Amino acid sequence: MTHTYRGSGRAGLYQDEEFMDILEERRRTSDLGHALRSFKPLPYLGAPPCSVAELNQAVLDSHFLRHVAREVAMETGSSVEEVREEACGILEEMSQNLQLGFIRLMGYALTKVLKRLFTSVFVNMEGLSTLQQAMQQTRVILMPNHRSYVDFLVISYIMFTYDLPVPVIAAGIPLAGMKLIGEILRRSGAFFIRRAIGSDKLYWAVLSEYVKTIVRKEFAPMEFYVEGLRSRTLKSVTPKLGMMHMVLEPYFKGEVFDITLVPVSISYDRVLEESLLAHELLGVPKPKESTTGLLKASKLLQDNYGSMHVNFGQPVSVRQLCEGKINRCQYNLIPRDLPQKPTPEAQACVSWLAHLIVRIQEEGSVISPWSLMACLLLQAPVAVLTEDGLPWQQLTERTLWLKRLALDFGGHLKWPGQVSDSDVMSSSAAIHHSVVHQKAGRVYLVQEEEPERRRAVSAEQSVMRTGTSVLMLASYRNQSLHVFVRPALLTTALDVTNSTHKDELFAFFSFLQDLFSSEFIFIPGKLSEDFEEACSLLKKCGAVHIDQQEVTLSHMGRETLSFLKALIQPFIDSYQMMFRYFCEQGAQVITEKQFLPAVRTLATKLLLSGELHTYEALSSDTQKNVLSALQRLEAVTKMRSMQCEYKVNKPAVRRIADILSGKIPVQMLRTPPDARL
Amino acid sequence: MAFNSSGGGSYRQQIAQQRLRIITGHLQRPEDDDSAISAVECKAPSSESDASSSEGKTVPRRRHEIMKWNGWGYSDTRFLFNKKGQAEFTGKRYRLSGLIIPGLKDWMEGTFGASVQHKSQATPILNSSSVQPPNLNEAFVEELKSTGVPYSHDAEDRVFRAHGHCLHEIFALREGKIGRVPDMVVWPNCHDDVVKIVELACKHNVCLIPYGGGTSVSSALECPPEETRSIVSLDTSQMNRILWIDEKNLTAHVEAGIVGQDLERLLNESGYCTGHEPDSMEFSSLGGWVATRASGMKKNIYGNIEDLVVHMKMVTPRGVIEKSCQGPRMSTGPDIHHFILGSEGTLGVVTEVTMKIRPMPEYQKYGSVVFPNFEQGVACLREIAKQRCAPASVRLMDNEQFKFGHALKPQVSSIFTSFVDGLKKFYITKFKGFDPNRLCVATLLFEGNRDRVLQHEKQVYDIAAKFGGLAAGEDNGQRGYMLTFVIAYLRDLGMDYYVIGESFETSVPWDRVLDMCRNVKARIVHECKERGVQFPPLSTCRVTQTYDAGACVYFYFAFNYRGLSDPVHVYEQVEHAAREEILASGGSLSHHHGVGKLRKAWMRETISNVGMGMLQSVKDYVDPANIFGNRNLL
Repeated sequence: MTHTYRGSGRAGLYQDEEFMDILEERRRTSDLGHALRSFKPLPYLGAPPCSVAELNQAVLDSHFLRHVAREVAMETGSSVEEVREEACGILEEMSQNLQLGFIRLMGYALTKVLKRLFTSVFVNMEGLSTLQQAMQQTRVILMPNHRSYVDFLVISYIMFTYDLPVPVIAAGIPLAGMKLIGEILRRSGAFFIRRAIGSDKLYWAVLSEYVKTIVRKEFAPMEFYVEGLRSRTLKSVTPKLGMMHMVLEPYFKGEVFDITLVPVSISYDRVLEESLLAHELLGVPKPKESTTGLLKASKLLQDNYGSMHVNFGQPVSVRQLCEGKINRCQYNLIPRDLPQKPTPEAQACVSWLAHLIVRIQEEGSVISPWSLMACLLLQAPVAVLTEDGLPWQQLTERTLWLKRLALDFGGHLKWPGQVSDSDVMSSSAAIHHSVVHQKAGRVYLVQEEEPERRRAVSAEQSVMRTGTSVLMLASYRNQSLHVFVRPALLTTALDVTNSTHKDELFAFFSFLQDLFSSEFIFIPGKLSEDFEEACSLLKKCGAVHIDQQEVTLSHMGRETLSFLKALIQPFIDSYQMMFRYFCEQGAQVITEKQFLPAVRTLATKLLLSGELHTYEALSSDTQKNVLSALQRLEAVTKMRSMQCEYKVNKPAVRRIADILSGKIPVQMLRTPPDARL
Repeated sequence: MAFNSSGGGSYRQQIAQQRLRIITGHLQRPEDDDSAISAVECKAPSSESDASSSEGKTVPRRRHEIMKWNGWGYSDTRFLFNKKGQAEFTGKRYRLSGLIIPGLKDWMEGTFGASVQHKSQATPILNSSSVQPPNLNEAFVEELKSTGVPYSHDAEDRVFRAHGHCLHEIFALREGKIGRVPDMVVWPNCHDDVVKIVELACKHNVCLIPYGGGTSVSSALECPPEETRSIVSLDTSQMNRILWIDEKNLTAHVEAGIVGQDLERLLNESGYCTGHEPDSMEFSSLGGWVATRASGMKKNIYGNIEDLVVHMKMVTPRGVIEKSCQGPRMSTGPDIHHFILGSEGTLGVVTEVTMKIRPMPEYQKYGSVVFPNFEQGVACLREIAKQRCAPASVRLMDNEQFKFGHALKPQVSSIFTSFVDGLKKFYITKFKGFDPNRLCVATLLFEGNRDRVLQHEKQVYDIAAKFGGLAAGEDNGQRGYMLTFVIAYLRDLGMDYYVIGESFETSVPWDRVLDMCRNVKARIVHECKERGVQFPPLSTCRVTQTYDAGACVYFYFAFNYRGLSDPVHVYEQVEHAAREEILASGGSLSHHHGVGKLRKAWMRETISNVGMGMLQSVKDYVDPANIFGNRNLL
């Protein structure tokens, strides 16, 4: 019997989809047989295929690139020939070289790895068959979220297994630098993009022409991470717009009839890189991607990582979504192959679409019981977790309660049905033995072992050790945060403003969205809908009563409201701590280099003194988000200089802090109109 | 005959002659020599009684005596499925007349899912009671009577002039639905008559709608339903004389009501032609060409209407506008001709035009080229335009239209011909590896001095060869052009079997031709599906004219409307979407059909606010009382 189960669906995704474990068959038949299977993908769009060499030549021959090359030559004083040679070099470094043989090799290796790491890899078959149809009709852009390096080839692997065209994949250049592996990835369809391209005009030109040519020529489906990078926190990352714009431009300019975007949600019970990521957030530099590093990491392969879910979302048509959002006539008066600065309208449209895709990815993510447990564990005081332990019974009861709430809120929950609830939770905890352990009916937070001398650790070191575990736990909580965040922000608004007026609540809700828009994903221009959604969800679970103008608390809702409030509290505390840093530090101008360690030191100090309760304030991710929030709210301005220097407007920061704590009303915030669009 | 016909010059000449006969031949010479070429005095027929006799002219006053009241063209000419279920083209007027077209039934069934079993019959005769009684301005009528200009308020006359040939107009007529129609029709006989009529209209505040050939496809002839004044249709058909020919300057002075075929026939008799051959030339009039900025098939040699006109007269409520001389070009501020060209009857009536004429071409030759795909074909046309060596006409049909043209092949009499056809097909698809579902064909027409035509032909075929094109014979070429003359008759056949459709056009820069064609065709298919059309539509295009900086593209769109409650509405929505797609893909609002009322909504974005203001201020000055109240354009 094939191992399948049903998940509960949500709008924009498949109702009631059926997942199938694709490892099931691999465990029964030969891996080599799978790798050497006859691979006959349906032709992509039925077009006669073009070769990699033809594709690259088309890029180099394009009017656009010729034009930019002439411009660059003029600016730098070098000859056009030299510039074109440079462009050629860039393209060589960048371009993929998709070959069936390497897809097979990749297939073989990945079968081995996946079988070792995961008990199952679940794929929603309905999504896959819709994808199959879409691939014969329109250009398809696969847009997965990025939570682990394991994501990288898994979609190609699924395509290979189910006879679908294998995509070309946008990857970061560090991967290309890995000996052997880089070349294997390249031949499996990866193309490589430099980080921090900055103002390198020629590089931008080659990249955008390359991407657009792939889209225009129907070379192959394309896969890219709209979040731009691997999320360090397992939370969705604010989408990057450059690549998205390149992909959409052929549609905007009428060069293609339509483009189909397929959001893909990949979720893990347990992420391979969990502790690495937590360390990174605490300021330990990320190890360089290298082949030896990869081999060293192979000890990680010994562990059990539960299962992985790949959920293919409903294909969405760019043409349909952009209806009324973009006036394509704006491209009529300038030759389409000349560089053209995107209009504000186009930028807004791209941003909106990118956010929308990330939201669909979030809704398609499968939430594990462990993520709910993590939400609750984080609400217990850290001292309890590290020393006394939390009663297992209490945790399981609360988790079951939270399960109902998550379902009420439309969460896409995976809760195995054949086993008893307590077994489900025990096995979840067991998989996550790196974070919690269970002893004598209590749950404890695992403290990282110091392998060397068991000498007494300093107070600061101990904070960091606890921090690592808390941040790991927080990451798993983050997996389900999108389900609760809207009602939770409304709860916070209710709590801070102490008001029942819808208008006031809306104003504060809007402020919170502004403040947290790097932290959580909000679709630009959907503020009112988000507010309405928050209201209706709280009403649905019986936490509030709502009439025309008023939102009033219900007696039954206390548990829900206090849970939701506590869910957001770590963020509020962290933000307040950093506001305090900005107000208290002496200088008017700070650099990013100074800022991160200084904040971490302050946080450590405050944690030790007991003034600060959340270890999440240690996370560099949160710290960076605060910085961009303050920039957005115009309390901090980035200076035009080489290093990242920021000028702080202390009164403005203080005002924001006061609004957040409810000391002054939201109206005191001077928000520029349309700052979010 | 070899595939790429070589030699047999006399045969070719015969074909060329036949082509000329198509244009001239479906008309009998007028029986009396009334319309011989000479300077003619303006003399209006004196009595009402001879209004009914056709006077031997192509277009009689009572048009419905020879033309369909609810369809295209001559009453004696139509497609039908005979008792054996074969398609047949009736009448004697065209090359295809009286022939069986065996492929048409299968094509219709295959393309539209239509069936000869399912007929959607039109109302056979006009029911006069469904026409609202005329709202006459008695004072106007009284004074008009005294001028002796013939007029009528018969229901048939009025209904005939209340429409052009948009799908919704013909569809409504077939259903017997009659909306607002003109309250009377007047037939001026000359410029002076028009001056009188316009003066009276101004005096009595009557709305005038000029009517030429009635071939509009932009709702330009529709009476504005909000118009409360008496509407008078000013039918120019009796102003149809060539007033003089100037052989020294090669110009002819012609009354604007003359229809294309008469103009060409009469000039041919003196050894001249204008070379202006829009697809509607059998019925459309010189004044109509001016008023809509018409374009002819052979514009590569002769130019479009704006290139052909040397001088013209228009009667407006402010008086007559004309230039004082016939200089070939002037630098005297904005060219006032360009207020008249494309004015779509909103400013006045064009009454007389001096236009360029040319000696009749010595030699004509059709040709065709098959390309492996549309992309290659467009690249070839672009190259031809670049080298400025386009033949009199070059048209590139896409694969669907190629198949459409093929379906119109008349029954062949000999087994030998069908054998040769089979061989050709084998050669192209099997030997040359052309995919029958991707290949497309360009049709060519060369004209001029015999040697130069042959030289020109070689040049064009050499370019085509560079783009993978194979010469495919004269026959294919000629059939392609025939298609454009019979397409409107075919639409009537379609409408007998639940198929509705229409054509529309645009112009677009070269670099966007392919993208626009693909986007628009895809949009049509997509929109039809969205709107519940049960069968995939016919969505096809051809590049029909080439220019230095771009091309004119012509689309055909038709679908089977069985199962739809309001097919015309669906049709209009899809056409609207297709136009949006054209504009979004860099195409123009119109190349030669004009704006009328159908495409008015896009005028502002097309010509900018200031542009609208300029046109409006001209209208306000020339016609402050909105006498020419058809409400086209603005």
